Amino acid sequence: MNEKRSYIKELLRNPFGGSACLILLLLYLIAILAPFLAPYEPSDQDLKKTYHPPTKIYWHSARFVVARYKNVDPSSATYKVIEGEFCPLKWFVHGYAYRLLGIFPSDIHLFGVEKPDRVYLLGSDNTGRDVFSRLVYGSQVSLSIGLIGVSITMILGLLIGGLSGYYGGWFDNVVMRLTEFLMAVPALYLLLALRGIFGVKFSSAQVYFLIVIILSFIGWSGFARVIRGLVLSLRSQTFVDAAIVLGQSSIKILLKHLLPNLASYLLVSAALSIPGYILGEAALSFLGLGIQEPSASWGLMLAQAQDMKVFMLNFWWLLTPGIAILITVVAFNMLGDVLRDLVDPKFRIYQTKRG
Amino acid sequence: MILFILRRLLALIPLLLGVTFMVFFLMSLTQTNYLTPLKAERDISPQMIEALEKKFGLDKPWYERYFLWLNNVLHGDFGYSWIYKMSVIELLMQRVQATLLLNLSSLLLAWCIAIPIGVLSAIYKDSLLDRLSSFLAYISISFPEFFLALLAVYFAARTGWFPIGGLTSIEYPFLSPIDKLVDIAYHLVLPTVVLGIGGIANMMRIMRGSFLDAIRADYVLTARAKGLPENVVMFRHVLRNAINPLISTFGYVIAGLLSGSLLVENIMNYPGIGQLIYSALMKQDQFVVLGSVVFSCLLLVLGNLIADILLAWVDPRIVHHE
Repeated sequence: MNEKRSYIKELLRNPFGGSACLILLLLYLIAILAPFLAPYEPSDQDLKKTYHPPTKIYWHSARFVVARYKNVDPSSATYKVIEGEFCPLKWFVHGYAYRLLGIFPSDIHLFGVEKPDRVYLLGSDNTGRDVFSRLVYGSQVSLSIGLIGVSITMILGLLIGGLSGYYGGWFDNVVMRLTEFLMAVPALYLLLALRGIFGVKFSSAQVYFLIVIILSFIGWSGFARVIRGLVLSLRSQTFVDAAIVLGQSSIKILLKHLLPNLASYLLVSAALSIPGYILGEAALSFLGLGIQEPSASWGLMLAQAQDMKVFMLNFWWLLTPGIAILITVVAFNMLGDVLRDLVDPKFRIYQTKRG
Repeated sequence: MILFILRRLLALIPLLLGVTFMVFFLMSLTQTNYLTPLKAERDISPQMIEALEKKFGLDKPWYERYFLWLNNVLHGDFGYSWIYKMSVIELLMQRVQATLLLNLSSLLLAWCIAIPIGVLSAIYKDSLLDRLSSFLAYISISFPEFFLALLAVYFAARTGWFPIGGLTSIEYPFLSPIDKLVDIAYHLVLPTVVLGIGGIANMMRIMRGSFLDAIRADYVLTARAKGLPENVVMFRHVLRNAINPLISTFGYVIAGLLSGSLLVENIMNYPGIGQLIYSALMKQDQFVVLGSVVFSCLLLVLGNLIADILLAWVDPRIVHHE
């Protein structure tokens, strides 16, 4: 117990580990508080304000105000600020109703403006939806899919790998052939094939779980093999013999004696494999096989940015989901690397000089 | 060694059978049929469809169809693409060249940049160069490939310095041979850079790590004790040993050829095999999918085999048992 606490302390004291934790904490807070932070629903359209640039916000007579825009050329979506016209930016405004965490009903949003004015922190997309709101809602998909996916993978890998390492024999043989088979098939094809086969007639929630299941189905094999190897080497150690001599059941040995020894490996590999799930979902949604409109996901939002119009007319704000993915992935990678260095100094890639 | 190669090639047979069987089964689960779009086309007569149905046994259940397909494949017939109206083998061969070109050029780029930087950052460990390159490698490993590809297209569209997608210009057929080469090279620049960046970061880290390992070896001490100049020690003794893991990356590029550049090809509109397979999957061009799955498994096993053989070749200490 004591040892674990020092891990956390050391992790937070490390500049990379600390900032990674801070970023992730912030991201998860954003995901949880998404309805409160987002001024509009992710599907809220305004066809008169398509490809609207980020609205200017400035300080005027003791409050923040949002500039009003005029659409000068609808064909190329050119908006110009109307000088001297603005509407006040209000805090804790009443907007659309939602349930925070799916439980607490509320209609209060952190900020907003009176209708029919609109505030676009990061501009609007091709149907006038607020990119900022969609970005905030999209974080829910990306951030949760990593955690859920990794949990399913770990449970599967731990169970199958642990059992086949502990018992060996025909079960081990069958499992190892199966993992070899799964690892031999290119992951992206399997992903595309599986997703393509299940068709597109699913609701958003169903698609979400389908993606998680497909990603974990592909991911567990490599994991199970490592667990099997670790269990094999642990099983030959004396403390396992001692437990067997004491007459403990195999399941108990597996859970009470072997699992704690695997904990550090599990932790590190979880942090390092989460980016794979996030990128997998983003790539699937990007290819149009993941989360469907009108729900928001970072990959789906980037798919919209593929339009030639976006490139030609410089709607740079539509590329912000990519930056969000980048930040999330970097944070998880950093966390994983720092954890690995802490848990197993043998793998240390870079030595940080300390005092 | 020969036994080792044979064993690996033998393992390919159950793998291919299993994978194709699985793909066939999964594809049979869908409601729509790959003949559905064909039936809607007016210029294909019902007799022809019937003939095709008979040829591939479409009226039969999927497992019977699988064995029919298998039988055809064993006789060298991989089927026919509905979309491109040509044989699957021909189609794959046509597309694989472009993909091979792209992957090899990005591997070359990665080698040319990763090896010197990796070596320098190992020699000058903890220097500014080392820290900067480690940091950049970190970012580029985390960079989603498809986002990078999008940014590249964006960059091309904004500046006009590079063509937006494709492999050749419209006027390509009328160019002289030299201009043709220049045209292709010009179109290759952006996809190569996009695909290469991830590889650069990875290889740089591997190179740096293995160089640092090699520096600590006893023979380095011996070489220095003999009074050899430092650059001879570094480049003749250390580099030769440290570069081994990178040589096998050539094999891995072949292994991942079919899926490695799928996203980049689709975004940058590059006429390679990744684009073909994606559209085949979406439009249920079953024989193209099956053909490419077979092809991809072949490449995977062959690529890994090549990697192992290369490794044994450059480092005779490595012996493959069994």
